[in-house]
Amino acid sequence: MVINQIGNYSLILGLILSIYLIIYLFLGIYGVAKNNLNNIYSILFLQLFSVLVSFFSLVYSFVVSDFTNETVYNNSHTTKPLFYKISGTWGNHEGSLLLWLLVLTLFIFLFLIYSKKQPKNYRLNTIVFQQIIILGFFLFVLFTSNPFNYLFPEPIEGLGLNPILQDPALAIHPPILYFGYVGSSIIFSASLSALVSKNINSSWANHIKKWVLLSWIFLTFGIMLGSIWAYYELGWGGFWFWDPVENVSLMPWFCLTALLHSISVLEKRLILKSWTLILSIATFSLSMSGTFLVRSGILNSVHTFANDPERGVFILIFLFILIFISILIFFFFETNEKISENKIYWLSKETFILINNWFMVFFLSVVLIGTTYPIFLEVLTDDKISVGPPFYQKLLVPFLIPFLFFMAIGPNLKWIKNDFKKINIKKILLLIFICFIAIFFIKELSINNLFIIVLIFSCFYLFISSLSDLIYKNKNLSQNISHFAFSILILSIIFNGILSKEYSGNMKVGDEVNFNSNIIKFKKIETFDKKNYKSIIATFEIEDKKKQITLLKPEIRAYNQPKTLTSEADIKTNFFEDKFLVFSILNKDNIFNVRYQVKPFMIWIWLSTFLLIFGGLIRFTKIK
Amino acid sequence: MKKNIYYFVLILITVFVFTLLYKAIFQNNSYIPSSKINKKINGFSASTLFLDNKINIKDLIPKKKITIINIWASWCAPCRNEHEYLMKLKEHPNIVLIGLNYKDKPSKAKLFINDFGNPFSTILKDPKGIISIEIGAYGVPETYILDDNLILKKKFIGELTFKNFEEIIEMANR
Repeated sequence: MVINQIGNYSLILGLILSIYLIIYLFLGIYGVAKNNLNNIYSILFLQLFSVLVSFFSLVYSFVVSDFTNETVYNNSHTTKPLFYKISGTWGNHEGSLLLWLLVLTLFIFLFLIYSKKQPKNYRLNTIVFQQIIILGFFLFVLFTSNPFNYLFPEPIEGLGLNPILQDPALAIHPPILYFGYVGSSIIFSASLSALVSKNINSSWANHIKKWVLLSWIFLTFGIMLGSIWAYYELGWGGFWFWDPVENVSLMPWFCLTALLHSISVLEKRLILKSWTLILSIATFSLSMSGTFLVRSGILNSVHTFANDPERGVFILIFLFILIFISILIFFFFETNEKISENKIYWLSKETFILINNWFMVFFLSVVLIGTTYPIFLEVLTDDKISVGPPFYQKLLVPFLIPFLFFMAIGPNLKWIKNDFKKINIKKILLLIFICFIAIFFIKELSINNLFIIVLIFSCFYLFISSLSDLIYKNKNLSQNISHFAFSILILSIIFNGILSKEYSGNMKVGDEVNFNSNIIKFKKIETFDKKNYKSIIATFEIEDKKKQITLLKPEIRAYNQPKTLTSEADIKTNFFEDKFLVFSILNKDNIFNVRYQVKPFMIWIWLSTFLLIFGGLIRFTKIK
Repeated sequence: MKKNIYYFVLILITVFVFTLLYKAIFQNNSYIPSSKINKKINGFSASTLFLDNKINIKDLIPKKKITIINIWASWCAPCRNEHEYLMKLKEHPNIVLIGLNYKDKPSKAKLFINDFGNPFSTILKDPKGIISIEIGAYGVPETYILDDNLILKKKFIGELTFKNFEEIIEMANR
């Protein structure tokens, strides 16, 4: 109870520090007072510390199950394992916002430490912009979603954490994703500040690239964890569903990936200044829109937090204030790039990067339209529509083909101007070689969709060319690894998509079904009592052509608090395919609905994403 | 000049998107399965809060009136807010109110009733929350409108609003 109060008051302290810092810095920038960097260090540290205290007092309340705290009451239960009591801290709206704040204050403190080589004016401006964001979040937390609301009389028991959230991947998925989102807020503030203090140059690009990479690494990892959770825990039988909330995390990713490349162009050639800044601002705006869409309850999905219009209105207004600030700053401080500087030769690295930037923006627009169009349509005409995977597949897949080609050729070109004659015979031979491999694959798998054929071909091209770069060139190791990983990712997604097979039907104990020259046998069913749920485990045998038997034991869990049923799929993974089996209870006695899927190359999707992130990490360690 | 027009259009678009999203927030998208409406709810028996005697719900439903089952708890903040509406509904001649006290300590529940007044003709205890879940509740507060055959006519999830209150009065007047 006392801890609860401490948490609340240290949050208020953080808010006051934020207001103080903004005023103090403004006075300094306009010459009224003198800004002492040491003071700013201590204020930022104090702010970080107060948020840290607040965060840990909430963690403590969760651990000791203090139900006088409304957040704890709504999201915890005494019988919950300790691990999920702790992860429950950020598994809800209020706590997750506190985590946002924590990361925000941590990052600005780190920014100040790692920007010593930059001009003082630029550093101070960045802190102002970042503090405006932090202030917005403080107000949001304290006025609409205070995690320290007091409940009296004390309830005997909490309502429990939603069982689908009780999963290790999900316990770390939100924090990692927030690191990515919040990292993009630093990029946002730094870009605005660079515009205001006219500090856009190679050294700035190099310095901000670190933050871009950091956010990119976290965002990629966060998205992957979310996807892993959907696959293993939700039992939906796939890794990506174009669910609005998944899309919302994918949009900043496209933007950030484009930014990652354009910032290199800025660093090396000092062109694309405005474009890079627009991407920086867009990345954070998209992260914020994501937060808005998820928290306002506009979208209905597994991620929806409690519906509360008041919160939605707050974030919406805040988001648009930030957008207006950026438009205004652009209006007054826009850099006029001289046309002569802007000349780009058609066959050069920067052209190819720019083209792929456009493709990224195109992908981004498709996802943006698919996600927001249903919302707009409902407001304007009251029609309810839902945009499904076919929309995205039809619009995205064809454009992946040129994208992959540019991605394969680009890295081998030179900056400024590439000599046309230097495109050597080897490459052409390689192209022909890949043609044969692709044709072989297509024949083997009897694929007759033209798009898919060309897509596989272009994917192989990227695969081979990045592999040969990886082996024969020592320069740019990180880039080669990431591009190579990306080609594997796309290849495994394609093969996974076209070669997956599914059986779905009703079975009872003792039944046998022939499926895809395998036999599915339903052996037995058992029930067990666990600490906070009852578990029903079924045993299935899959017998393949060679009489080899795979055992699969999917589970249904009946949680007592809150009362929910969840299906735990059983998945057997090897390098070539995943066997995925999930069952659910039908109303009729002893008959269960069984869904069995064979999903090829599933593991490669995760492995290649890991490799992609690994490439980013190598790059991160190499920036001075 | 060209630059100004460019920015002006940009701001117009931003304002337009803002308005659309603002409207979208207030669009109601809470979803109540309509399949449960107009179906009989599961019967149950429970002990009363004050006398502690077991009563079956069927014995509490009068003929030719509408019955309101309100699921509440002393620790639930929205329940306090909707309490004034319940007190007003009590005065309507065609309405009978039954309280279902969800996961509460009897002493605290009694204290709550003493402090805020008792709108209910009977209060039943649901200390483990099982009855509430069986009749289809997701949480507290929830309010169910039943006819004299235990058929669910309407269901309100969350705190009752003035609009809901008027709707109930209208149903009772019919």
